[in-house]
Amino acid sequence: MRDKSYQALVIGASAGGINAIASLLSGLSTRFTIPIMIVQHRLPVLNLFLTQYWDEAGIFQTKEADDKDSLQSGIAYIAPPNYHLLVEQDKTLSLSIDPKICYARPSIDVLFETASDAYQAHLIGVILTGANNDGTAGLRRIKAHGGLTIAQEPNTAEASTMPQSAINSGAIDKILPLTSIASFLNNLL
Amino acid sequence: MNTVETEQLEIKLLLEALYHRYGYDFRQYSQASIKRRVLHYLSKTNHDAISALIPSLLYDEKSFKSFLFCVSVTVTEMFRDPWFYDTLQKEVFPFLKTYPFINIWHAGCATGEEVYSLAILLKESNLYDRAHIYATDFNDRALQKAKDRIYPLERMKDYSTNYQKSGGKFSLSDYYHAQYDAVIFDAALQKNITFANHNLATDGVFSEMHLVLCRNVLIYFNRDLQNRVLSIFRDSLCYNGFLCLGSKETLDFSGVRNSFIEVARKERIYQHKNDRGRLER
Ligand SMILES: C[S@@+](CC[C@H](N)C(=O)[O-])C[C@H]1O[C@@H](n2cnc3c(N)ncnc32)[C@H](O)[C@@H]1O
Repeated sequence: MRDKSYQALVIGASAGGINAIASLLSGLSTRFTIPIMIVQHRLPVLNLFLTQYWDEAGIFQTKEADDKDSLQSGIAYIAPPNYHLLVEQDKTLSLSIDPKICYARPSIDVLFETASDAYQAHLIGVILTGANNDGTAGLRRIKAHGGLTIAQEPNTAEASTMPQSAINSGAIDKILPLTSIASFLNNLL
Repeated sequence: MNTVETEQLEIKLLLEALYHRYGYDFRQYSQASIKRRVLHYLSKTNHDAISALIPSLLYDEKSFKSFLFCVSVTVTEMFRDPWFYDTLQKEVFPFLKTYPFINIWHAGCATGEEVYSLAILLKESNLYDRAHIYATDFNDRALQKAKDRIYPLERMKDYSTNYQKSGGKFSLSDYYHAQYDAVIFDAALQKNITFANHNLATDGVFSEMHLVLCRNVLIYFNRDLQNRVLSIFRDSLCYNGFLCLGSKETLDFSGVRNSFIEVARKERIYQHKNDRGRLER
């Protein structure tokens, strides 16, 4: 694992995710300089408040992703409510209003799968609390491409279904309590 | 070459083939989303590789049609982003009022929900009778639905809420008749609308416009195609004409930025001001 250089981190969360994401971001160190992309289901229409909340939690600048943003280190990009977030081969972002997938737009699978195509073995995927199984297909793709997959330990999750579904599918490399994910990530870089 | 690279190559060959065979140009679409659409189409056929689609799509025009409908995403709704319509009425309508005749181009109108939303607001501001709306898309099936004016009843609750938030003056139900689980909007709304096939990737300017709306279409294009399309809009707009984009689309990094001023940032409303951008080319 150590001989690999990770170039991007994707995070997916649903019910209970707003606090879980803040807690994860606040634990990351200044050495953690790769771009971060986040899908959180069912955000309120305007998440200025939220970007601020997450901004203050971590050392990152958090930003609602705009179409064709090029990914920069030290920035956490959040999928805008009602748009899917996709990663292009040239490491820029795209948005789409394609139909919802499993009732979700943004969909965690759409971000994870496209990010995995763009970053292949250099991607880390983290699935946090949630009450559905979005993200599982995406994590399988990340694993198949040789990336690193992490699930929040279901009994530390406000809603355990989402991480449990990923674990059951066999796509997960590492199961960690929420409070240990950040320090584990810090040690990877 | 790994799987991802091979798939990339297959998609490139497929899109190239379709362009030369049918003239439909998807080569400058955002790769990540076109790939998802192609894979979605593939999953509905009995082929297992993207490149295996090429022969059947080249020889069988019927398959190509269904490919086209599958690849183009016509998801839309009435009064999407109500705050946009509210600002449109407050900032743009007063300008439109000064013209005896108003030309409007709704590009990428999908199944028409946005077009009728605009038509309703124009009516309520007494602008409809002097307006002509050209509503275009490259998807004929979507255009046919737009002409039919029939939408599912179950959506009307959300649409009514959005209509009110958009600054609608009456009740949305004043504009349609419900029948079983569908509604049909009034034919009077369609009187000044021309629905037409226009492909933003290959067709050009067709008339002078006072207002151009193209929302949530550019996100599907790469920067080069975005710039092509934005130049067409710039060249279509009269001096002081308005351009409206989707809430996550911007002119900021485009080649036409200097030809426009920003009227409302969040609503992505721009006004055509000078032709510096054109002279620089
Ligand atoms: C996601 S819909 C957006 C509909 C609507 N404007 C809205 O915001 O709700 C995108 C539309 O763009 C159309 N479109 C895509 N590529 C096009 C092209 N090259 N020329 C014309 N229309 C195109 C699609 O057929 C589809 O109807």
